Amino acid sequence: MNPAPSVILFTCFSGIGFGLFFFLSLGYGSTGWIAATFFAIAYSLSIGGLLASTFHLGHPERALKAFTQWRSSWLSREGCCAVVTLLVMTILGFGRVIFEVHWYWLGLVGAAMSLATVITTAMIYAQLKSVPRWNLLLTPFLFIGYSAIGGALLVGQIQLTEIFIVATAVIQLGWWTLGDQALAKSGTSLKTATGLGDIANVRAFEAPHTGPNYLTREMVFVIARRHAKLLRFISVILAFGAPVILLNLPFAHFFAAMAIISHIGGVLIARWLFFAEAEHVVGLYYGAR
Amino acid sequence: MTLLPDNTNLKLGLVIDLDTCVGCHACVISCKGWNTQNYGAPLSDQNPYGAEPTGTFLNRVHSYEVMPETGTAHLVHFPKSCLHCEDAPCVTVCPTGASYKRTEDGIVLVNESDCIGCGLCAWACPYGAREMDAAEKVMKKCTLCVDRIYNENLPAEDREPACVRTCPAGARHFGDLADSESNVSKLVADRGGVDLMPEQGTKPVNKYLPPRPKDQLDEQIDILSSFLEPIATEPDGFWGWLDRTLGRIDGMNSGDT
Repeated sequence: MNPAPSVILFTCFSGIGFGLFFFLSLGYGSTGWIAATFFAIAYSLSIGGLLASTFHLGHPERALKAFTQWRSSWLSREGCCAVVTLLVMTILGFGRVIFEVHWYWLGLVGAAMSLATVITTAMIYAQLKSVPRWNLLLTPFLFIGYSAIGGALLVGQIQLTEIFIVATAVIQLGWWTLGDQALAKSGTSLKTATGLGDIANVRAFEAPHTGPNYLTREMVFVIARRHAKLLRFISVILAFGAPVILLNLPFAHFFAAMAIISHIGGVLIARWLFFAEAEHVVGLYYGAR
Repeated sequence: MTLLPDNTNLKLGLVIDLDTCVGCHACVISCKGWNTQNYGAPLSDQNPYGAEPTGTFLNRVHSYEVMPETGTAHLVHFPKSCLHCEDAPCVTVCPTGASYKRTEDGIVLVNESDCIGCGLCAWACPYGAREMDAAEKVMKKCTLCVDRIYNENLPAEDREPACVRTCPAGARHFGDLADSESNVSKLVADRGGVDLMPEQGTKPVNKYLPPRPKDQLDEQIDILSSFLEPIATEPDGFWGWLDRTLGRIDGMNSGDT
């Protein structure tokens, strides 16, 4: 799949933003001016991510229509959950900043909605049988894991961050292992794609056109897959390894900031791989994988 | 409405005969022609006369080399367009309700004025049947020529999809696959029509008829040649001497005459 910057920024930053909202909803992040800063950061990340996703749209002016089909569409559900979460968090943030109180029950609603938003984001990808690497039970847990690290890291919960880092690293490695076998396990091949498999081996001989098309640009992205192993290693070091080391140094705001920057860099690389490595079965028709 | 109908009254679709298709791409051209000038946004081209032309097509013809265990390889031309699936994953993922499957005849369509161009339906389709138009930024797909098949302004013989109407080999057939007595259903039954990627669970309406087994070559393929005088005779003169001499040397080396 084409790793478009708009969707990478969207999933990465809105994921961290809603992760931060989750922890703010549970009462982390103090009250008053400190809370105001935390809420502002969470808003910038989540809304910034959502705005980035609209750059992916051909007709962003019609985006409001996307709230109508929540009964069948995970993308629509994601939009609805995000808006409800932002509204709940506005009320909660108002209480925390102005009245310096944390409304416990509303906080639980906010936490549940933040979690739901992250899950619905993941399900946009996890639902697609046409992309076997994404169509895994682990995919939502992968997104939840990265959001949890981002949120815990931003509210400064070092112990929680480390627990989430270990858990997410295990999920990520497992997801890569399962993902590498997913296309073969899906049973979809050029043989089933053409229905000619009963007769013989099938080889793509001629593409329909001499040039590229929307399908090959969008879904048969194979550039840089050969660097995937190295990029996986770099992303693990940046997203998991370096933050753990930095958080165990004597506390300093500089080290904490470095941990956050390193983690975000690692997540961006991991998310780039999430798209670039994903094989869409339509590639089979073009003799690619 | 992106919930799929439980059942459709008709299952209109295509049956494509891979035995008959000659790979001329006439269906590609007639499809592009009709659908550029009729229903919805035109199918645009980008840089059509440049070094890397590209454009939107609702129907594309691939060619595959089929290599049996024994015997010769052969080429199968493979037209591919929307299969109007009963369980169309492209419809349910649509966030705006622009994509829908018609209850009356099962045709999967896009309401272009509702399409936000997010591209998720094209991702959900395993067959690559949907393409985003680069000029209009809305999703385009095969309409089964919905503006032809019910069009009473056209002569009766033209009320079928443009690709079917134009196919010079008769490799494309249009009809109701829900009716077991229809011509297309009979074709599918007779020829063992297959679904593409059945494991994806999309339940495609369109069916593909596999190529018939190829003729096997008998040992004696040249019936007349045995009745003809051989043209080549034993060479004589200098070339004859050279031939015999070389033959002897060759014979000494290899041990036979």
